[in-house]
Amino acid sequence: MLKRLIPHPILSLVLLAVWLGLVNKITLGNVLLGSFLGLVVPAITAPYWPNQPKVGRPLVVVQYILIVIWDIIVANVQVAMIVLFKPNAKIQSKWVTIPLELTSPEAITVLAGTITLTPGTVTAALSADGGALLVHCLHTEDENAVRDGIKARYEGRLMEIFQ
Amino acid sequence: MALWVDILISAFLVIGGVFGIVGSFGLVKLQDQMQRLHAPTKATTLGVGGVLIASMLYFGLVQNSLSFHELLITLFLFLTAPITANFIAKAILAKSLKPEDLPDSGRPHGWSVYDDPPKTDAQDLDGGMPGIEDEGRGG
Repeated sequence: MLKRLIPHPILSLVLLAVWLGLVNKITLGNVLLGSFLGLVVPAITAPYWPNQPKVGRPLVVVQYILIVIWDIIVANVQVAMIVLFKPNAKIQSKWVTIPLELTSPEAITVLAGTITLTPGTVTAALSADGGALLVHCLHTEDENAVRDGIKARYEGRLMEIFQ
Repeated sequence: MALWVDILISAFLVIGGVFGIVGSFGLVKLQDQMQRLHAPTKATTLGVGGVLIASMLYFGLVQNSLSFHELLITLFLFLTAPITANFIAKAILAKSLKPEDLPDSGRPHGWSVYDDPPKTDAQDLDGGMPGIEDEGRGG
């Protein structure tokens, strides 16, 4: 019964938080309206998202977010240097195949989004059976190092969070 | 208003502006379609991020009112930027590239832009995903 009523508890909380952030003022009326949205939106969209993702290890989640923010800053500077000071002829763009150990669609989505957000790499496609990601790398001399880096830094932690 | 607050806010604005302009410059300078895709993902992360941090500091320290809108903008950007980049990349894959240009997926099935998903695995993988792929290609 409770599962029918609240199919995605985390989504409900996020919707409430986003609503309170949007109105920028915490009053009883806003909390009630936000809770109403948090109950109704997941219930209506539940058929499109039948399985509830398992999310555990909140400390690892925080660690993951901090690592990604740090990587975004470092990679931004690196890519800015490539764009500004490297002649086009010397930029070696490469396609990298990343075999996945993750199986949950939510975890793969987070990994693909992380790869795109860290500048210098863009996720282009998923293999048809969901077992590998196609990543485009702006400049690298060693595509194996890129692949191993992504697998060790992001995928390992996502495995802990989602499985 | 204290001088150091001014300097701090200006510094974040300048950092954001510099990364925004480097991203735009990259869009002009880089040659390949896929390389150009890297530029906008950069402008949205540190470029917009710098401006948002400056805005938060301004409202927090100068106006003395805490504002959550910047956090929400960051959240929405981080959610939408990878999706748009992924869709543009898919359009490039479908329009300008062939499967031969890409590395092997190392799986029995090729990349989703060109290959159909396996029929049996589709249910337990994710009901929605293969459907979206079909829609994109079905013209």
